[in-house]
Amino acid sequence: MQKLNAPMVGPTPVPTSVPMNKSMCRSPRQSLPRPARMLAAGLLTLALAAPSMGAFAASTDANSASQVWLRLSPSQYKQVIRDIFGPSIAVTGRFEPEIRDKGLMAIGSREASVTDAGLERYDALARGIAAQVVDERNRATLIPCKPRSATSSDDKCAQAFVTSVGRLLYRRQLSRDEIKVQVKVAASAAQSLHDFYGGLGLALSNMLVSPDFLFRFQRSEPDPAHPGQYRLDAYSKASNLSFFLWNSMPDEQLLQAAESGAIHTKQGLDRQVDRMLSSPNVEIGVRAFFADLLGFSDFETLSKDPTFFPRYTLKVKEESQEQTLRTIVDHLLTRQGDYRDLLTTPHTFMTVSLAALYGVPLVDTSDNGQPDHWQAYTYPPDDPRAGLLAQASFVALYSPAGRSSPTGRGKALRETLLCQNVPPPPANVDFKFVQDTSNPKYKTTRDRLTAHRSDALCAGCHKITDPIGLALENFDGAGGYRTTENGAVIDTSGELSGHKFTGPVGLAKALHDDPAVTSCVAKKAYAFGSGRMPLESDPGWAQIKSKFSESHYNFVALLRQIASSDVFYSVPPQQVASAADSAAAAH
Amino acid sequence: MKKLNELTRRRVLRGMMAGGLVGVGLPILDCMLNTNGTAFAATGAPIPPRLATWFWGLGVGEGEWQPKTAGADYELPRQFKVLEPLKKKLNLFSGGQVFLDGGSNTTHFTGVQGLMTGTVSGSAGDYHGSLDTIIGDVIGKGTRFRSIEVSCDGDPKATWSARDTGGRQPAEISPVALYSRIFGAEFKDPNAAQFTPDPAVVLRRSALSAVTDERQRLMKTVAASDRAKLDNYFTSLRALEQNLEIQLQKPEPLAACTKPDEPAAEGPQSTLAVDAMARHDVFAGLLAHALACGQTRVVNLCITQGMAGLRREGEPSSHHTYTHEEPIDPVLGYQVKCDWFRNTYINGLYKFASILDSIHEGDRTLLDRMVLFAYTDHGAPRLHSVLNYPVITLGSGNGRMKTGVHVAARGDAVTRVGLTVQQAMGVTAGSWGTRSNRVTTPYSEVLV
Repeated sequence: MQKLNAPMVGPTPVPTSVPMNKSMCRSPRQSLPRPARMLAAGLLTLALAAPSMGAFAASTDANSASQVWLRLSPSQYKQVIRDIFGPSIAVTGRFEPEIRDKGLMAIGSREASVTDAGLERYDALARGIAAQVVDERNRATLIPCKPRSATSSDDKCAQAFVTSVGRLLYRRQLSRDEIKVQVKVAASAAQSLHDFYGGLGLALSNMLVSPDFLFRFQRSEPDPAHPGQYRLDAYSKASNLSFFLWNSMPDEQLLQAAESGAIHTKQGLDRQVDRMLSSPNVEIGVRAFFADLLGFSDFETLSKDPTFFPRYTLKVKEESQEQTLRTIVDHLLTRQGDYRDLLTTPHTFMTVSLAALYGVPLVDTSDNGQPDHWQAYTYPPDDPRAGLLAQASFVALYSPAGRSSPTGRGKALRETLLCQNVPPPPANVDFKFVQDTSNPKYKTTRDRLTAHRSDALCAGCHKITDPIGLALENFDGAGGYRTTENGAVIDTSGELSGHKFTGPVGLAKALHDDPAVTSCVAKKAYAFGSGRMPLESDPGWAQIKSKFSESHYNFVALLRQIASSDVFYSVPPQQVASAADSAAAAH
Repeated sequence: MKKLNELTRRRVLRGMMAGGLVGVGLPILDCMLNTNGTAFAATGAPIPPRLATWFWGLGVGEGEWQPKTAGADYELPRQFKVLEPLKKKLNLFSGGQVFLDGGSNTTHFTGVQGLMTGTVSGSAGDYHGSLDTIIGDVIGKGTRFRSIEVSCDGDPKATWSARDTGGRQPAEISPVALYSRIFGAEFKDPNAAQFTPDPAVVLRRSALSAVTDERQRLMKTVAASDRAKLDNYFTSLRALEQNLEIQLQKPEPLAACTKPDEPAAEGPQSTLAVDAMARHDVFAGLLAHALACGQTRVVNLCITQGMAGLRREGEPSSHHTYTHEEPIDPVLGYQVKCDWFRNTYINGLYKFASILDSIHEGDRTLLDRMVLFAYTDHGAPRLHSVLNYPVITLGSGNGRMKTGVHVAARGDAVTRVGLTVQQAMGVTAGSWGTRSNRVTTPYSEVLV
């Protein structure tokens, strides 16, 4: 058990279930202790700041002009709990499903509220977490004071806990009234239960179901530098930054920068951005972003028919996601590579199970009995299995249970990597050719799709999806490599924006050179942090894109540009109008 | 102490039901009801109607299914023949359609949106105010759960229930989790001799009021566009508080209520139809018990999302794929593989209705006292048709609906069925729906 001031070491991202590979230079949070240290640091800060707490009401809520809500994602919720209370606190239970909008759950979080059944789930999660935090085994570490008596209330100790934990959970200082209310809850329950910790648990549980915790508020305030315009207030700015780069709440230093107003200065903001980007925690943010972008939440409901794909086990399903995230982290963070090269990189990581799926030789160098051993693996030049798109996390995710789907893959590729919208199929389409696999005239999927495209109604959309999806036909519905289908050699020729190519290697190279690829990832990274797509007309946005290009598409440089920009923290015009209405209503 | 051969009500209940999932008919003892069997004698409170919605994906496939005659003397079509034993307790509605009003048909969505909410927008994010919640607001007050949603294919997003101000309710996908939620530690047996409020619940209820009190502060600061979202959060919080409040009150005795056995743990995630329907059957039993035990008055079951991805073992394609790609058998006149799926689902409907019909409340069954509303996403799924929707209602809603009737709509907005059920369940609305899907006239031939 970590003591209050003891540093936490080792990786703590959520979720990561496998040990990190030695080839990776760093692991998250190697050097940054968060949970217990944050509580301790928070307490110190609060002790110093307590007399002036009332002053912070100006930037917490009532005087803010407007709020936009983003519901915490399950991964953010888990990461926050882990960062505050440490990895020993299990977050067990299910969350309200997320909503995907414009290709990201992060954008959908703006629309998400909490339903009856959803709140029941949050309540159950909250009670489970609170019970563990106040449990006898964890008290010494996680509760920063000892009550006078364990069987009665102690307002001073309860206040210390509520103040420090509340500040981290709500990502801002609590007002005096907010603290008072929760201390009262703790006291009242402690007296009834004759249990100080039981009372404290109830107060914690309350905070965990509060909208102040479950939603990130983007509060806007008048921008003194631009009269008539609005900007995010300091706490909202800190939260945007922290959830963007670390997928978690602001740490102590960032909260202090918000409280002092330093975050509103260029120098102060840049200092925080530099510090956060040099932290191993940035891996957590990068993983969360790409898991969202690549639609990994859909793996929850993905299954394959073992009759067709006996190698696609539950383990492979989990490992295929981890393989992709490892490849991304290795390429973008460790190697500081060009984002576009992710599509062609021969470097990846492999387990024995994945190697069997892909049909690559892998010598198991692990000690006996060591499960899930990851090894760095490099494909030979021009191997069709190299690059992100060839991984099972893509080709299997966008295929149904018993076969491949060039149309599904092509659509996903357009929407995920190119930010292009593929219209839904028209309502009155006859698909009879596509899946009649017994017809000797149409042996391969390409044959069947070509026949299907003879219908003019279908041709429009399939011209968008199929020429790129068919280039991935060397991968079956589970991601296994193949060169024939029903005895016929698979034709993997394709076309993208007039550029003709052959096979997965050709497709990856074509995509590599398509400017939509870099533009799309930049937009989505911006949206991942802010909950909205950038306005193309904004000069600030043009500058971010330009700098990304100048950096040779270095992803960390992109994160830095976005995080340091004014536009990332600006309030869009339509929100300004709403803000003005709200401000009028509030006063 | 009572003698062993003295038959008490409690002994009857415990002995007969034994917690089995498939219900056994149990009478509410006459002494518990008034002379008409319509209200509880102790309180005079009327026995409440209940609602279940039941969704199956991909309609009835190709081929003729409309009965040749309307009214009472009709023959159930082959596609619904399995429901024959319950024919006198069901109504079959045919010929209703969803009007698109020039908008696009977002396949597997727009039709249900029109059918369940009365409004068509084609936008997946714009699904609000479903039929079940409108009815639930009238009949569902005073229960632990305003409604319970389940999905049989493992997808928590497979649900069509949404409040006016919120998103779609997440569905429970695990029977074990559903059991724990309804019949776990917080379940208060309405027939228990002793009732002691749980002090922990008292404290939780009290503590939550601190969160409720935040409403006013937040309302002042929230952008106008987000007020509905905030409203929804606090409405959900109110529902949670109500759940706790109800746990603190001694429940009305309900003779038909027994606590079922806990279901066995589920296997891994699967897209096989047989697995989904096995889960369906367990869910059906649990939901029936939940209704009989007064835990909720509204339940919503979806077998799948509209675009049903269920498969048969060893088949590479799903039901949805087959609806588009399977040739129509020239002799039989329908798609044989699709027909297997439809038959499998409708068998499930029969099982669910049968369980409800086996639970007796006075002189009627639970099915009689409720409406089980079965609906689908497309009239003919092969071409994503929004015409000729099959809708089935089972049960008379506590005597408020006539049954045994085939209503042939001939091109009406299918929302007429929804309006009819609303009025039968006590919703006072005189109209429902928007634009061409707005209707003002229920099917009077099935209203009492």
